[in-house]
Amino acid sequence: MPESGQPISFDVTVIGAGVVGCAIARKYTLLGARVLLLEKAPDALDGASKANSAILHTGFDAPVGSIELSCIQEGYRQYEQIHAKLNLPLDRCGAMVLAWTAEQESRLPDLMEQARTNSVGDVALLSREQVLAREPELASTVRAGFIVPREALIDPWSAPHSYLSQALVNGATFRRNTEVLSGSFDGNAWMLETTTGPVHSTRVINAAGLYGDIVDQRLIGRSDFDIRPRKGQFVVFDKTAARLARHILLPVPTETTKGIVVCRTVWGNLLVGPTAEEQQDRINANLDSETLEMLREKATEILPALANEDVTTTYAGLRPACGDKEYHIRRHPENMITVGAIRSTGLSAALGIAEYIARLDETPWPPLPEPEWPAMPMLAEDQTRDWQTAGNGGILCHCERVTRREVEAAMSGPNAAQSLAGLKRRTRVTMGRCQGFYCSGALQEMTAKCLKPESTE
Amino acid sequence: MTSLPDICDVLIVGSGPAGLAAAARLGEAGLDVHLLERETVAGGIPRHCGHSPYGWREFRRVMGGQTYAKRLIARATSFGAHIHTAVSVTDLGRGGRVTVSSNCGLQTVQARAVLLATGARETPRAPRFIGGTKPGGVMNTGALQSLVYLNKERPFRKPVVLGSELVSVSAVLTCRHARAKPLAMIEANERPTTRRAATWLPRALGTPLLLSTQIEAIHGRTWVEGVTLTSGERRWNVECDGVVVTGAFRPENALLRTTELEVDPRTQGPVVDQYGRCSDPAYFAAGNLLRPVETAPWCWNEGRMVASAIISALAGGLPDPSLSEPVLAGYPGVAWHLPQRISPNSSAPALENVQIGLARSMAATVRYGQASANLRSKPARRILLPLPDGGVDLKFEETL
Ligand SMILES: Cc1cc2nc3c(=O)[nH]c(=O)nc-3n(C[C@H](O)[C@H](O)[C@H](O)COP(=O)(O)OP(=O)(O)OC[C@H]3O[C@@H](n4cnc5c(N)ncnc54)[C@H](O)[C@@H]3O)c2cc1C
Ligand SMILES: Cc1cc2nc3c(=O)[nH]c(=O)nc-3n(C[C@H](O)[C@H](O)[C@H](O)COP(=O)(O)OP(=O)(O)OC[C@H]3O[C@@H](n4cnc5c(N)ncnc54)[C@H](O)[C@@H]3O)c2cc1C
Repeated sequence: MPESGQPISFDVTVIGAGVVGCAIARKYTLLGARVLLLEKAPDALDGASKANSAILHTGFDAPVGSIELSCIQEGYRQYEQIHAKLNLPLDRCGAMVLAWTAEQESRLPDLMEQARTNSVGDVALLSREQVLAREPELASTVRAGFIVPREALIDPWSAPHSYLSQALVNGATFRRNTEVLSGSFDGNAWMLETTTGPVHSTRVINAAGLYGDIVDQRLIGRSDFDIRPRKGQFVVFDKTAARLARHILLPVPTETTKGIVVCRTVWGNLLVGPTAEEQQDRINANLDSETLEMLREKATEILPALANEDVTTTYAGLRPACGDKEYHIRRHPENMITVGAIRSTGLSAALGIAEYIARLDETPWPPLPEPEWPAMPMLAEDQTRDWQTAGNGGILCHCERVTRREVEAAMSGPNAAQSLAGLKRRTRVTMGRCQGFYCSGALQEMTAKCLKPESTE
Repeated sequence: MTSLPDICDVLIVGSGPAGLAAAARLGEAGLDVHLLERETVAGGIPRHCGHSPYGWREFRRVMGGQTYAKRLIARATSFGAHIHTAVSVTDLGRGGRVTVSSNCGLQTVQARAVLLATGARETPRAPRFIGGTKPGGVMNTGALQSLVYLNKERPFRKPVVLGSELVSVSAVLTCRHARAKPLAMIEANERPTTRRAATWLPRALGTPLLLSTQIEAIHGRTWVEGVTLTSGERRWNVECDGVVVTGAFRPENALLRTTELEVDPRTQGPVVDQYGRCSDPAYFAAGNLLRPVETAPWCWNEGRMVASAIISALAGGLPDPSLSEPVLAGYPGVAWHLPQRISPNSSAPALENVQIGLARSMAATVRYGQASANLRSKPARRILLPLPDGGVDLKFEETL
């Protein structure tokens, strides 16, 4: 917070620390700008980016010729390039699009054709036998499918956190609990009113996700899209279920949704979801037991052995969707860019979106000559984890094998967790099968001094 | 604390009543015993259970769980058992080769015998598919107890308690200790799970028991603000600031699921014979890992009995495990049974009865081999039948 009434001045202010805002903050920082990232929540990734399927898409099924497609593909390419340097997981497990009815089977050639048009040329048709040879646990009623070899799994939180961290270690500023209320543009620069005081900035980038249209209204008094939140619920099965599926198992999509996916997570669980349910509420993603039951049944139809597996958790997320099927990326005359309606592919596309808008914009600063590359804590189950190495302080969360050293690390540094939810996203504490039965007490003791208590008091 | 050995006679995993009782007996027998506990303090569940009644059977005195745990630890240590805390067992290899993780990283220990006593835990909110949001303030009794009795926290003022098992009564008592007044105990069934007598206590403390009622949804963004309850056609909201999700215990079997040890899908614990011996004869099991769920004195006794079987095994006194035969009890309404196998009798059994868990009320005559027995019971009650001499298929004939 500024000490005097004088606001600090920035080259670029990014509104919203979702995956998109984090990637943009990183991009402009590396391009040499003085960057400020504003987030109204106590921590990053508290909006749409808190819950997704964690798939790094190739764009094989994205709308042909769309900005979305080009951002997904550029995002994929950049992620491949930087993931090792930032210590981020990348599980190139591949996806299979499966047909369960004759009608679905008849649509496979068109979908493959679309993939080829989208430059995803390595798709291949599979007979029922070939499908079952690759996925022996699938229900034998499957008819056919095709494989998309490069669809991949990533960590939906360590990726955006790494973008944010790289921005921060290279000089960006991150201000949380700061909501942008209004602003004025004087022809040269912006003066933003926020809940923690004024901000002076040459440019503004609106990456407010589920509030993109509202932030447009607040700043420039107009918006060319209306956010219509679309909820997706998930059921997550225990780690022992992960052996049941090697690929990402996709259905033949419908008009409105990619449909219900069954896939592993890099943490070694198996998830099923999401649903696609339109709603007004931009904050709450309510679970309902009937839908969860439906998802479990659906998953069991696809992989019958799931009937014997335990459910570890359930969750729901909100897509920042709008009426049509394209991203709303606009450059406004007021030195502002809106990155809106990044509906259901933002995790994959974020690095590509950042690249895209940096090209829309003039970037007059000298790029950082030798930026720092912070290494993220590795949480993927198939990599060496902290609990396997000396000096870890002992395991705190037994189900997810999170060590005391990992928890301490997540509560320090420029991107330190400030909420329990933020700590969970950085470490996975209490997110395993016991959901805190064993470690809640020990965790509370460790975090009492660092985290804002989450209670009604 | 001594450092971990490379080899030892017996390794015990878990320091609850079962593990500690076994450690004392094995130490007393002069064996080199090492007990591994993943928490920083030994004692298992009683360690964070501040209330009574514990200890009557073991020490002829009623005491709180924390005192009870300390006495069990003192006894095991006095018999020479080594207790290592903050050591998690992460893998069970064939023939008693155990991998552990601690501040030192990974290590392996080769034991002549391993006793698994990892206990049981409650089912959390998520697998119950309760709807609504996921705010803070929703927790199991275990988590509540560690917050209240160990950390001296007061997580909420007016929670609701889901469940009507014994542990649900424990949740109410724990709330009272934290000066919180549970607004209601909520039970989906028409009858409380525990004996009616036990639900007298919450009611006397002013907490009504709502039967045939469900929690449809939990509300609140960062912290619980209320719940929606349903009962038949009726649906209503209750303002509250916490939800204690109690009971529906399940064995803490995470370790078993990645090893070759045979697991019984019904108990969710390991398959054992009457000596508590698993499918790999280097491994034994006792306490709540065997089945959900028994009281502390029962687990304590089971730990001692299986320890005696381990002493026989190490002296070469147990029959060849390949001679064991199955015990079957596949009747609708029978949820699980224990032991799942019978080895030829040579020394005294560690599990002295066939234990049966029911999914519903039942009155039946059970016939097996030459023997027969009558049972009449409600679910969640302990049912004990005489141990057969060899493999049997228990036949149930329901009586009215
Ligand atoms: C169910 C589901 C499954 C998905 N699966 C995938 C997938 O597998 N792969 C994939 O690539 N994508 C997936 N997505 C999509 C992806 O999650 C989204 O595209 C992405 O999270 C959008 O990020 P964002 O940064 O645009 O928005 P957000 O994450 O919502 O970020 C916007 C931020 O702005 C903040 N903010 C809002 N208003 C203000 C203000 N006035 N002042 C300050 N801050 C403000 C918010 O608090 C929020 O943190 C999925 C999404 C859902 C819901
Ligand atoms: C809230 C609550 C209240 C109760 N109240 C009463 C009561 O009043 N009276 C009564 O008689 N009974 C009570 N019980 C039941 C009683 O506590 C249990 O029956 C008893 O503790 C079971 O003993 P155990 O040895 O089988 O397992 P536990 O006590 O559960 O101990 C198992 C131990 O194993 C450890 N462990 C697990 N996995 C590993 C691993 N991989 N590596 C290392 N260590 C591991 C755990 O950390 C734990 O310490 C209560 C139970 C609960 C949950």
